[in-house]
Amino acid sequence: MTWDQMQELLWPATAETFQMVGVATVATILLGLPLGLLLVLTDKGGALQNLPVNRVIGAVVNIGRSLPFIILMVALQTFTKSLVGTTIGWQAAAVPLTIGAIPFFARLVETSVREVDGGLLEAVHAMGGGTWTAIRKVLLPESLPALVSSATTTVIALIGFSAMAGTVGGGGLGTLAVNYGYQRFETTFMWVIVAELVVIVMIIQLISDFIVRRLADRGSFGGTTRLLRSRRTEITEEEEELALPH
Amino acid sequence: MITTKDLTKVYRSRGREVTALDGVDLHVREGEVYGVVGTSGAGKSTLIRCVNMLERPTSGSIVVDGLDLTTLPGQEHRAGRDLRTARRRIGMVFQHFNLLSSRTVQQNIELPLEIVGLDRTQRRRKAAELLDLVGLADKARSYPGQLSGGQKQRVGIARALAGDPKVLLSDEATSALDPETTRSILALLRDLNRQLGLTVLLITHEMDVIKSVCDSAALMRGGKVVESGELTELLATENSELARELFPLGEFGHGRPGNTVLEITFQGDTSAQPFVSQLARTYQIDINILGAAVEHISGRMVGRMRVELPGVHQENVVPIGFLREQGLQVDVLNEANGALA
Ligand SMILES: Nc1ncnc2c1ncn2[C@@H]1O[C@H](COP(=O)(O)OP(=O)(O)O)[C@@H](O)[C@H]1O
Ligand SMILES: [Mg+2]
Repeated sequence: MTWDQMQELLWPATAETFQMVGVATVATILLGLPLGLLLVLTDKGGALQNLPVNRVIGAVVNIGRSLPFIILMVALQTFTKSLVGTTIGWQAAAVPLTIGAIPFFARLVETSVREVDGGLLEAVHAMGGGTWTAIRKVLLPESLPALVSSATTTVIALIGFSAMAGTVGGGGLGTLAVNYGYQRFETTFMWVIVAELVVIVMIIQLISDFIVRRLADRGSFGGTTRLLRSRRTEITEEEEELALPH
Repeated sequence: MITTKDLTKVYRSRGREVTALDGVDLHVREGEVYGVVGTSGAGKSTLIRCVNMLERPTSGSIVVDGLDLTTLPGQEHRAGRDLRTARRRIGMVFQHFNLLSSRTVQQNIELPLEIVGLDRTQRRRKAAELLDLVGLADKARSYPGQLSGGQKQRVGIARALAGDPKVLLSDEATSALDPETTRSILALLRDLNRQLGLTVLLITHEMDVIKSVCDSAALMRGGKVVESGELTELLATENSELARELFPLGEFGHGRPGNTVLEITFQGDTSAQPFVSQLARTYQIDINILGAAVEHISGRMVGRMRVELPGVHQENVVPIGFLREQGLQVDVLNEANGALA
């Protein structure tokens, strides 16, 4: 197999992996973040304290986390089919990936949010803020560095699971590795795929580390960088400065 | 401005009951700085947290600026709309500042204004004013992590003032600060109290804080207020524990057995009188001065002196009467051991 032949196969498969992981990541964050917050808020002493609800969510999350991914894929086939109309391809794989990642991410969110100093909540309540204010203005922004780390851990786990999904018809780099590396004994090609996955994971980790460091830096030095903060604010501030008469 | 009546708070945890407040009556007048002092566990934090209903009392009432907060539904993080509105008019500063590390100084001060729903321009203007007021105009774009403890507390104070409160609550606001910074923060509170007519209720475990800024004080022990009043009154009260703590002469000598030891407190113009020599001349007795100190307490000159008169208490009834007639406050200590008679 020549390098050109490999490339022709690699890029479409990489794109599929990215789409599969991308969709699953977005869906996981959208569903897992509220779930993680609920785990904290409904717990004892939380703003929405409701222990029965808390126990139920906790139990569901624990069961979700303990199910092996392969089993989940098979078990969810009917659900997947009703949702995306098929049980093969990256679109179909994204469904069990999301379902599998939500409890995982929700627990990470829970841990991150619990780290927020209770004094800050007390302060916002003393100012007359309610639960929603506390979530939006305190819990989420203050735990942002930890949430970014959690999301990264989840993305990397999803990449691993997406390769596994590929072995049972999920498409992407996993399917490629099985079809060529395993069934046609293209060992070199298989190692190329493995190397690509390793590089992807490393790049994601590096980017995440960079963002987390910048976010955490606000607390100590280099307060000038405000990544992920309202860019609109920065631009208008710059404009104001530019607009000053010289 | 703040009146609590028979305030009781009982914490129940795992079958055990802790009575943190046991029938507290407190009366803070408009425009004064009121200090509550007591050892750790006395119930001070519980008391101040009841004043803005971060803690709902088990029984009793709290009236702030004419509004009985105990009638409003909700507590701590589950406050109803009315209680949340009432809280916006009560500022609070904390021992550990409780600033959001993800926000700049300016954004921290804008937080309460966001809650009220002010627009960006108004928020900015108000934040700039407040930063000026606390002397941090150049730190607007810094993050709390880049500030010293004193600067952080100034931001905390500016934030507490954002809603134009009539009342400022302070729970050990200076306890995490060094003595010099403590002085500057207390001076700031004093200035704000005078400039804005702000009523300040502060909690502390340090007598020095009471001495330097408070008009009135209360001493708490075991969930009860054991003594309270204006400092000048307290100093004029015989055997006042607070006065003794505010103005300790403990390190001075306790005299010889068989003699009478007096503690004489004088305020304002009485300090000008040469009462010691008058006493010595009038009754022909030898007075031994064991110690004396003069201090400024809530803006007034106050002096205290410990003297030793020969003979037991009964022999000195007349000279003691003479001193009291001069407008001096006289406490008689037990012979030799320095304890109160
Ligand atoms: N949330 C709570 N649950 C149970 N007991 C508490 C709670 N908060 C305070 N206490 C108890 O109430 C008493 C008074 O505490 P606190 O008001 O913090 O005193 P202080 O501020 O004077 O040190 C202490 O015995 C403390 O252990
Ligand atoms: Mg306390």
